[in-house]
Amino acid sequence: MTISRLSRRLFASLAALCLLPSAWAVIPIEHWTQANGVQVYLVQSHSLPMVDVQIDFDAGARRDPVGKVGLASVTAAMASHGIRASANGPALDENGLSEAWADLGASFGSSASSDRMGFSLRSLTYPDLLVKVVALAARQLGEPAFPADSWAREREQLNASIKESQTRPASIAAKAFASATYGDHPYGYQMTEASLAQIDVTDMRTMFGQMILACRAKVSVVGDVTRQQADALVNGLFAHVGGGGGAARCPAPDPIPEVAALHGPGNVQSIAFESAQAHVLIGQPGIRRNDPDFLALTVGNYVLGGGGFVSRLYAEVREKRGLSYSVYSYFAPALHAGAFTVGLQTRPDQAAQAIALSRDVVSRFVREGPTEQELQAAKSNLVGGFALRLDSNRKLLDNVANIAWNGLPLDYLDTWTRAVEAITVADVKAAFARVLRPETMVTVVVGGRDAGS
Amino acid sequence: MKRLLCCFLLLSCLGARAQSPDPITRFTLSNGFEVIVQPERRAPTAIHMLWVRVGSMDEVDGTSGVAHVLEHMMFKGTPSLPPGEFSRRVAALGGRENAFTARDYTGYYQQIPAERLKQVMQLEADRFANNQWADAEFVKEIEVVKEERRLRTEDNPRARLYETLSATTFLASPYRRPIVGWMNDLDAMTPDDARAFYRRWYVPANAVVVIAGDVDVAQVRQWAEQTYGAIASAPLPARKPRVEPPQDGIRRVDVKAQAEQAYVALAFKVPSLDVALLKDGDTGEGKADALALTVLAAVLDGYRGARLERVLTQGPDRVADSVGASNGLWGRGPQLFMLDGVPAKGKTAAQVESALRAQVTRVARDGVTASELARVKTQWVASEIYKLDSLFNQARALGSNWALGLPLDAGSRLVARLRDVTADQVQAVAKTYFGDDQLTVATLLPQPPDPNRKPRKAIGGGRH
Repeated sequence: MTISRLSRRLFASLAALCLLPSAWAVIPIEHWTQANGVQVYLVQSHSLPMVDVQIDFDAGARRDPVGKVGLASVTAAMASHGIRASANGPALDENGLSEAWADLGASFGSSASSDRMGFSLRSLTYPDLLVKVVALAARQLGEPAFPADSWAREREQLNASIKESQTRPASIAAKAFASATYGDHPYGYQMTEASLAQIDVTDMRTMFGQMILACRAKVSVVGDVTRQQADALVNGLFAHVGGGGGAARCPAPDPIPEVAALHGPGNVQSIAFESAQAHVLIGQPGIRRNDPDFLALTVGNYVLGGGGFVSRLYAEVREKRGLSYSVYSYFAPALHAGAFTVGLQTRPDQAAQAIALSRDVVSRFVREGPTEQELQAAKSNLVGGFALRLDSNRKLLDNVANIAWNGLPLDYLDTWTRAVEAITVADVKAAFARVLRPETMVTVVVGGRDAGS
Repeated sequence: MKRLLCCFLLLSCLGARAQSPDPITRFTLSNGFEVIVQPERRAPTAIHMLWVRVGSMDEVDGTSGVAHVLEHMMFKGTPSLPPGEFSRRVAALGGRENAFTARDYTGYYQQIPAERLKQVMQLEADRFANNQWADAEFVKEIEVVKEERRLRTEDNPRARLYETLSATTFLASPYRRPIVGWMNDLDAMTPDDARAFYRRWYVPANAVVVIAGDVDVAQVRQWAEQTYGAIASAPLPARKPRVEPPQDGIRRVDVKAQAEQAYVALAFKVPSLDVALLKDGDTGEGKADALALTVLAAVLDGYRGARLERVLTQGPDRVADSVGASNGLWGRGPQLFMLDGVPAKGKTAAQVESALRAQVTRVARDGVTASELARVKTQWVASEIYKLDSLFNQARALGSNWALGLPLDAGSRLVARLRDVTADQVQAVAKTYFGDDQLTVATLLPQPPDPNRKPRKAIGGGRH
């Protein structure tokens, strides 16, 4: 079954959605759990001889120990710095490993966000090539070396870039905003020279051994493979990974507290800085991904500050007054309440005006909600442009991984446009009124000698 | 040896299973407008791009940045569309849109459900032919463009370094001016500057429409004739060659900026790719040098752990935190081979500069290995398939190839030619193009932030 055929059916069904009592599965996501506990999510796409794989673990930065902030991030980065010798093959140092990937014309990378530690593989699917790719990825996933000399160098480079970031107004603003919004929640943790000094390769090996377990893995596969091939591929990838005892014997990770809501009058931080522009961030803790109002807030934010060149913030701040090149708002829903953020940059002497204007736009939207016309325009764009979210393997992979990670229903994509169509002005207004408290929002201004006053 | 075999295996696999995408159709409307259509039926979406063969290199002194300012003004309406309405219409069609200005070209695009193609063709043809706005719109938008310059350049030390490097490397070539324009030129720009640039360059014979996705060629042709084909033809203005004179001696420039890390960039003047080589495979004396330079850049910096990274950023005596190499290869103006690096703690930009050049010297002396050569070729061959995953990138490549006067399938032709480049050719270009006389070096001298220092005085005063 090809994407082409799927998508045609998808579109036919979208057109018919309002007529049909129920839509059939138009993007069939195949899902199964392997004996070792690995959960697999597959979309077959046979038009190009390539495959993309995303492997996610609950091992993101939110699990960093208090004194070792940055551990998830540096562990993910260091996982590509070589493989240790084992019964499965000789050691490969970092250069040998990257040469091996280059020679295969494939890539295997890892990174950590607040919630996830993720590994992503991209390869061509010629059978004799794919066997070698899977064998190499399996060793990197199961037997990373974490060499101490390489970490010493990596740490020096990170320290230098942390210092460099302290000379950039955008970075200073982002850090101040995260601290003010999240307080002492892990989402507000900042990697520093001091925290990196506390991390050694033993911490990485321990963390990797405890967290990178087959029974906790969510694996999304999109590409030119059958279900049998995908099953074998994923089996191969986890050949050397521990925790294969299945879901029943999987240790549950520790719970993590929620982000605390902000109280009292909004905290305003003006950080004097010599720069051509003041960088402004306004916001508060937002929502978790499983919030029942997720879609209402998504649609509403399109109207407020998410919709490219047609949002209220764009119209007021940029189009009508020329105050900023970039102005936006967004929610960052995650396992915890990621921030709602409004951002812009403007000449320092205009900062106070731009802040007052943006706060007013947000407050009015929270108070009044969108107009019927604005809501319809948002739906036209989101529903009409739905296929643009799925028109490459890369985009499909992001969507499948989102479903896998957040435990969304397998027919989530099939029902998405109908769910968007069902949102009303009252839904948006109620959701914004419940979630956003403009009077408590944090405002951070970096730039100008007397920023934002 | 094992790795090498694997590599050759991949190359032969790929040769055996070449892609056969739908053919590209290209035609010219009666007014000179060109149209390129690439059917691609994986999803019911399409991309529609309008490319104009005019960029910042077509500007003249005093109005630098006008190509980009005009790009902004193209969203400000026509007699039948008020300001902002273009974007509202595209959004209502479910589309995503944007535009970009480069030295060599300007482009506008919409990603849309394929069934909406006709509507965006109508909108884009209208704005190409009838862009019109009041002075008041310009007065607001020029402030937006200045904020864009502040964001991208003024507060970005390395961007300011590259701006200064270009202005030093090139004397006669218009590549010496920044795409966004000098701030003082933006301060002095008038609505009529933008209008004049529009009237002069936005003519059918200077533009192409690129459409890729789930579309029918015959239908596209019919719509193109109805929309773009109805625009009056106009003469294409003459272009002055403005050829850069030979450089006879090293040029050095320092840029002081608020930063923690120093930085150094080296620009060597090198030949552009000869289009004849892509078209007919003519590999006469020196013709393949641009190709060999691209291979050299890849051997130096084409994959993690390649020569520059390994020698300069690793080991106890490492001199750099990061390094890079790239070859310009093709463009409407003169091309550069770039080396750059960030010094490691305790090391200087001069040490990085010297270490970067030493790696080129090493290639000139000892050549490159067969495995390095095979590795970079493998990566290009594989990337030819990966790039098919993105409709946007395919359309962008078609438009760019058209704007630069290359064959539309220049990418795959290039990969085929790169596969023929030999180790001897790479060694020869390393010997030929990396002396002092064609070199410009720009060094960033970091200045620590000082909260008590007064802001840098804006050149040309404040708001107008």
